[in-house]
Amino acid sequence: MIKLKVNGRERSFDGDPDMPLLWYLRDELSMTGTKFGCGVGQCGACTVHRNGDAIRSCSTAMKDVAGKTIVTIEGLSPNGDHPLQKAWAQGNVPQCGYCQTGQIMQAAVLLKKIKKPSDKEIEDGMAGNICRCGTYQRIRAAIKTAAKEMA
Amino acid sequence: MSIQNIDNATRRNFIGGVFSASAFVLAADLLPETLWADTSEYLGKAAASALKPSLYLGLEPDGTVYIVTHRSEMGTGIRTTLPLVAADEMEADWSKVKIEQAIGDARYGDQNTDGSKSIRGFFVPFREAGAAARLMLTRAAAAQWKVPESECSAVNHVVTHTPSGKKLGYGELAVAAGKLPVPKASELKLKTRSEWRYIGHTAKDPKAIADLKDITSGKAVFGMDAKVDGMVYASIERPPVMGGKVQTFDDKEALKVKGVSQTVSIPPFTPPYTFQPLGGVAVVANSTWAAFQGRKKLKVEWNNGENASHDSEHYKAELMETAKKPGKVVRNLGDVDAAFSKGKIVEASYYVPLLAHATMEPPVAIASFKNGKVEAWVPTQNPQAVQDTVAKALGIKVEDVTCHVTLLGGGFGRKSKPDYVAEAALISKSVGKPVKVVWTREDDIKFDYYHAVAGMYHKASLDEKGKVTGWLHRSVFPSISSMNDEKSMYGFNVEYGMGLNDMPFDIPNQRAENGPAKAHVRIGWLRSVANIYHVFSGLSFADELAHAAGRDSLEYQLELLGAGKILNLGAQGVGEYWNYGESLDRYPFDTRRLRKVLEIAGEKSGWGKRKPGNGWGMGVAVARSFTSYVASVVEVEVDKTGKIRIPKSYFVVDAGTVVNPERAVSQFEGAGVMGAGIALTGEISLADGRVQQGNFNNYQVPRMHQAPIQTDVHIVESNELPGGIGEPGVPPFIPAFANAVFAATGKRVRELPFSKAKLV
Ligand code: FES
Ligand code: FES
Repeated sequence: MIKLKVNGRERSFDGDPDMPLLWYLRDELSMTGTKFGCGVGQCGACTVHRNGDAIRSCSTAMKDVAGKTIVTIEGLSPNGDHPLQKAWAQGNVPQCGYCQTGQIMQAAVLLKKIKKPSDKEIEDGMAGNICRCGTYQRIRAAIKTAAKEMA
Repeated sequence: MSIQNIDNATRRNFIGGVFSASAFVLAADLLPETLWADTSEYLGKAAASALKPSLYLGLEPDGTVYIVTHRSEMGTGIRTTLPLVAADEMEADWSKVKIEQAIGDARYGDQNTDGSKSIRGFFVPFREAGAAARLMLTRAAAAQWKVPESECSAVNHVVTHTPSGKKLGYGELAVAAGKLPVPKASELKLKTRSEWRYIGHTAKDPKAIADLKDITSGKAVFGMDAKVDGMVYASIERPPVMGGKVQTFDDKEALKVKGVSQTVSIPPFTPPYTFQPLGGVAVVANSTWAAFQGRKKLKVEWNNGENASHDSEHYKAELMETAKKPGKVVRNLGDVDAAFSKGKIVEASYYVPLLAHATMEPPVAIASFKNGKVEAWVPTQNPQAVQDTVAKALGIKVEDVTCHVTLLGGGFGRKSKPDYVAEAALISKSVGKPVKVVWTREDDIKFDYYHAVAGMYHKASLDEKGKVTGWLHRSVFPSISSMNDEKSMYGFNVEYGMGLNDMPFDIPNQRAENGPAKAHVRIGWLRSVANIYHVFSGLSFADELAHAAGRDSLEYQLELLGAGKILNLGAQGVGEYWNYGESLDRYPFDTRRLRKVLEIAGEKSGWGKRKPGNGWGMGVAVARSFTSYVASVVEVEVDKTGKIRIPKSYFVVDAGTVVNPERAVSQFEGAGVMGAGIALTGEISLADGRVQQGNFNNYQVPRMHQAPIQTDVHIVESNELPGGIGEPGVPPFIPAFANAVFAATGKRVRELPFSKAKLV
């Protein structure tokens, strides 16, 4: 039995310990804000926080989240009004929107580590997150907007 | 059956469910024929057919306006943009508008969200639906007050009797208005441009994206997120070689995986491949992960068939060879051979490999077969094609297939081909439960309908002043028509009309030819389609000619365009020019508009101000596609290791009337990123008939630092009819990028992707 905390709630899981966290969140908890994009840690669409760090849930087995605290996009802010989410709205960032929850979760950790990231730091921090629609310049701008608000 | 958060309007439940019995419902297909007579001209073939678009616009007594969008949302913003049009003409308060996604139904007219044509096709019908509603509400108020209609005006959800100042809200008038006859087209008074409040006014406006908050909070329901009660999951092992078949398979180990319940054989397609599934063996399980695990344990012996010897290296050599030989003439003006007998001759060959769509959300579909009928929940660009394809695959009637449309995690043309839905329906029929088929990224990249590989050859003659006297453009590619005809060796007017027979240059002698090529993989349309290779080669060659003539490329492109005029391609040996499905009367090919965007691009980008070289350069290209006119300037830096960075790019766009400028700008920003990816790293290749790439590690798409760091988009003010937005950005970007690399390094990259070229 694997015990973990997801968005503040205690959960237990007794299935295949090798199953990636992504499928537990999506298929079992119906938390579909965390997306499947590549399954191999290449795209960042599945990004969530494990004990405050950004991880790729598609490549993190359930056994590796035992006893850990997981935060997904559904738990990032109570009303979808984290400074990043607000900045995303202000800049009309999304196109199709599929990658955006992963982008926001990645950016949230970036801003926790670096209060006012430079362009280079944003590029490095976000390099693991693909946006096939090509919203990068707006993501970059929204991160800067949020950084200002959080300062 | 339940489905989370997907609102759908169907003819059955729309009137009975979404609206209360007293609601005022305006179904545009109930408008009199006279109204349709006007719109049918606008819609071209779609409305000339027996089935006409039925746009729904409803108003409830509580003031809520429902607007149904029948087009699919894949990132262009169309789910917001079309309702904005109707709401503006209705004088509706946007905060009271609710958007409903239509199911697939031929009565809506064309629903294939492809070809950058949603606004071109439905701008007028949506305006008329809104204007008709406004007029009926005004009439209802005038009748109630017993005053002349002309003394009343409708503004922002309220009708006012101007002399007395009396007011009635739209909601209060809904029931009475619903009892009035629908006005004739001749009675409608569309708003003037200066009266528009939403159309053209979305910049920096939260109206720009209706689903924004759901997207950023993870609540938006994409196809991948849909769930149906009692649903099981399936993952499919498909023939590794196109046209291959299962010889034998052993599922013993697969069935031992916890959660796996059974396997299902999917028959191979009967040629031509169309939208049929590729065939293979499906593993059905109680979770996505169990289905994936079970599939890994399958043992399948394949009969690979004749494509097993296909190899991209050899195929490329063949294409390039064919491009050197005369082909089928698709445009002939003057006499190029005579022109080539004098002056300076320049020639060059270009190559673009196969490309995969790689939408961020891989193909996925839920289908439920019950009592001879199918209900499906799909991220699809074309719900009517879903109905047709599923009906054919299962041998049931089209009207027995209901297709609900979810949000799409990207489309780019991939999701207008519903092979993945037919898979889900076949499996559901076999297991007797709703089934969700999930494609992995590897499935997506290995079993795509690929953008065609192409070889092009260009030859031109220059006179002593450097002016082009003759231009020959040859193109060889496996055609999209192979989808419907496996023997197809040549392209067709749609592919020719994308940069091959409509090169816009004012040159007295021009010939375009298409040589034969056979398809060994599924070929399909991808954002911008044949423009990708034709405009890349054509505008790279224009830059080469400028260089050969010792001239500035932007000035030279202006000179090639000539003084500017309405181009009469019919008189230039083109025969039937496709013109993106539009009549040339309504959408003429106007090279003055090309000149204009090019000139503005020069100003905006500071063209010519800095001397190129030493790893810095700018490139420019211009093209008309999807009836829009676009110039692109790209600035590059190439470092000592050959690494390319794009600090800045510019688009100047004349797309006629632009309804949602904010979303239009984002489409061009995205086009720059996709264009950069095609140029830098885009390549699908085959060996032994098998696709060599499988995920983002080897089919690379741009990441933040590889994309243009900043793209500035300038939209030209225009009163012309609306043109395409989603696709016209990609074609000029790629040659502008290649021309910039040449300016920076002196290296002419004629074969994509750049990653294969030695730049230093
Ligand atoms: S789905 Fe996890 S990184 Fe792509
Ligand atoms: S918004 Fe579509 S993939 Fe990023």
